[in-house]
Amino acid sequence: MSDSDLTKLTLIETIKGLKNKQFSGEELNNTYRERIKQLNPKLNAYLWTAEKSSGIPAAIKDIIITKNIPTTAGSKILEGFIPPYDATVIERLKVKGIGVVGKTNCDEFAMGSSGENSAYGVAKNSWDLSKVPGGSSSGSSAAVASDMCVFALGTDTGGSIRQPASLCGVVGLKPSYGRVSRYGAIAMASSFDQIGPITKTVADARQVLEWISGPDGYDGNCVEEGFRVKGKGYGENLKGLKVGIPKEYFGKGLDQGVEKVVREAIKKLEELGAEIVEVTLPHTEYGIAAYYIIMASEVSSNLAKYDGIRFGGTRDKFGDEAKRRIMLGTFALSSGYYDDYYAKAARVRTLIKEDFAKAFEKCDVIVGPVSPTVAWNLGEKTQDPLTMYLSDAYTIPASLAGIPGLSVPCGFVNNLPVGLQILGKYMDEETILNVGEVYEKATSWHKEKPKI
Amino acid sequence: MKLTADQVKKVAKLANLPLSDEEIEKYSGQLSKILDYIDQLNSADTSEVEPTFNVTGLSNVLREDKVGESLPQEEALQNASQVKDGFFVTKGVFEE
Repeated sequence: MSDSDLTKLTLIETIKGLKNKQFSGEELNNTYRERIKQLNPKLNAYLWTAEKSSGIPAAIKDIIITKNIPTTAGSKILEGFIPPYDATVIERLKVKGIGVVGKTNCDEFAMGSSGENSAYGVAKNSWDLSKVPGGSSSGSSAAVASDMCVFALGTDTGGSIRQPASLCGVVGLKPSYGRVSRYGAIAMASSFDQIGPITKTVADARQVLEWISGPDGYDGNCVEEGFRVKGKGYGENLKGLKVGIPKEYFGKGLDQGVEKVVREAIKKLEELGAEIVEVTLPHTEYGIAAYYIIMASEVSSNLAKYDGIRFGGTRDKFGDEAKRRIMLGTFALSSGYYDDYYAKAARVRTLIKEDFAKAFEKCDVIVGPVSPTVAWNLGEKTQDPLTMYLSDAYTIPASLAGIPGLSVPCGFVNNLPVGLQILGKYMDEETILNVGEVYEKATSWHKEKPKI
Repeated sequence: MKLTADQVKKVAKLANLPLSDEEIEKYSGQLSKILDYIDQLNSADTSEVEPTFNVTGLSNVLREDKVGESLPQEEALQNASQVKDGFFVTKGVFEE
C-alpha cells in the first residue's frame, strides 16, 4: 500500500487494516508523521506534533487538554501551559487505542468563524491556500481534509465543528448538548460548548461518538447514557423519512451557488425515498443577536479565571476577539443592562428552541446549508467583526436549542466544498447519522481530495 | 445603542482588562455597531416567554460528598507563575 493510500483510509478502514495486519501501527504512525512534516508548513493546521506516536493517529483541537502535552487554546495567555491531566474524551480514546498525533490550531478560546483569531497564525484551507478553513475548529478540519490524521476532535459552540467541516469538505458532528462530557475542554460558553468528531466519513463520526460520549461524573449536564446505535438504520434508501426544509435557511444572504448545490442534495434525498416537507423556524432571524449576547456573557464569566496566578499569563495577553467578547458580555451582564440584554436574549432563546420543537412535529430531520457561502479569502472579514458573526446564521439556532447537527460534503462551488447540514431532535444523533450515511453512500463528494 | 469611550472604560475596569486608548476608541465603535444589531431583539415578543438558561433543564446536579482522587500538589502547582512553600504566590489584596 502506498503512503498516500494509507493516509486516505477512513477510521473504520484503518481499524480493519490494523486488525488484518495489512500494515503495522508503526508504519501507520510513521506515514502520518511524514505527511504532517511535509504538509503542515503550508497549512499550519498543527500547533504541536508528536515526535513519537503510537495507536491510531488522531488530531486534537488545542482547546482540549492533554496530559504533559502543551495546550494553548490558540491563545498567548496559555503559552507554555502543560496540563497535568487528560480530558475525559482523551482518556476514553486512549483506552480504544487512539494516539494524539498532534494538537490543532483554532481561533483563540474557540472564538471565531475563520481560524484567523488564533494567536499562532491562521490555518489554511487545503482546497485553496488563499482561503480560510473556517472556524473555530480550523486546524482539525484542515488536518482531516489533507489526510494529516485519521480523524480529529473539535468543539462546537455556535457552529465551530459544522462550519469548518463544511468549508473543508469533511464530515463534522456537533452532538446534542450534554451528550459528551466537557471535562478537560477549556470552557468558552458553557451552555453551548460540545466536543465532537471531524472525520472522513459519517460511519467514522458515529464510531468516535460511541467512544467519547456518556457521563463521567465531572460534567453536570452530561447525564444521559453514552451514544449507542439502537435501530437498524435505513439501509440503501430513506423510505419513511420526513425531511423538513426551513424556508428561513434559504433567504437573503445565501450564496446562489451554495443554494443550488444544497437544493440538489435535497433532491437526492427525495430520490432516495425521503418525503420533503416545508417547515418554518420563524425566529431564525434573531438567532445571531441572541447568541452573541448569551455566549459573550458566558465568555466574560469563564475567562475571568485567567488571572496569571494559578496558570497562564496576565490579562493583557488576550487577543482582540477575546477582549471584544469579554467586553460585550461584561456589558450585557452589568447593572442596568441585564434585563435589556441577557434576560431578553435568554427569552428569545426559548422561542428558537420552541421553533425546533414545533418543526420536529412534522419531520424527523431538518436539512439546509451549513454556511451561507463557501470558504472566503484570508483577511476578507477580519476588519468587521459583525460581518464575521453573520456567517454563522445557519449553525447558531441549533446551538441555542441544544440539538445535534451534522455537516456532510454535498458538492462544490468554484472548486470549494459545500456542506449539507442535517439537524436532529435532541439526543437523536442516530437519525441524522443514518440519513448522512445513506446520502454519503449514494454520492461520491466525500471521496474528493484536495491537491496540495 | 451607542457605547461611549467612558462606558467602554468602565466595562474594561469591571472586566479587569487593561486597554490602550486606541483600543478603547476601537471597541467603542465596534461594540456600538454590534449592539445596534442586537437591538433587533426588541422586536421579538417575549412577554409570555420564560428564559432558557440551560437547554437540559437540569439544576442542582450533585454528587455524593466523598473524597475522590485529586492532583498531587506538585502537579497542581506546575503551571503557576510563582510558587512558594507549596502555595501559589499572589499579589496582596489589602494595602500594607
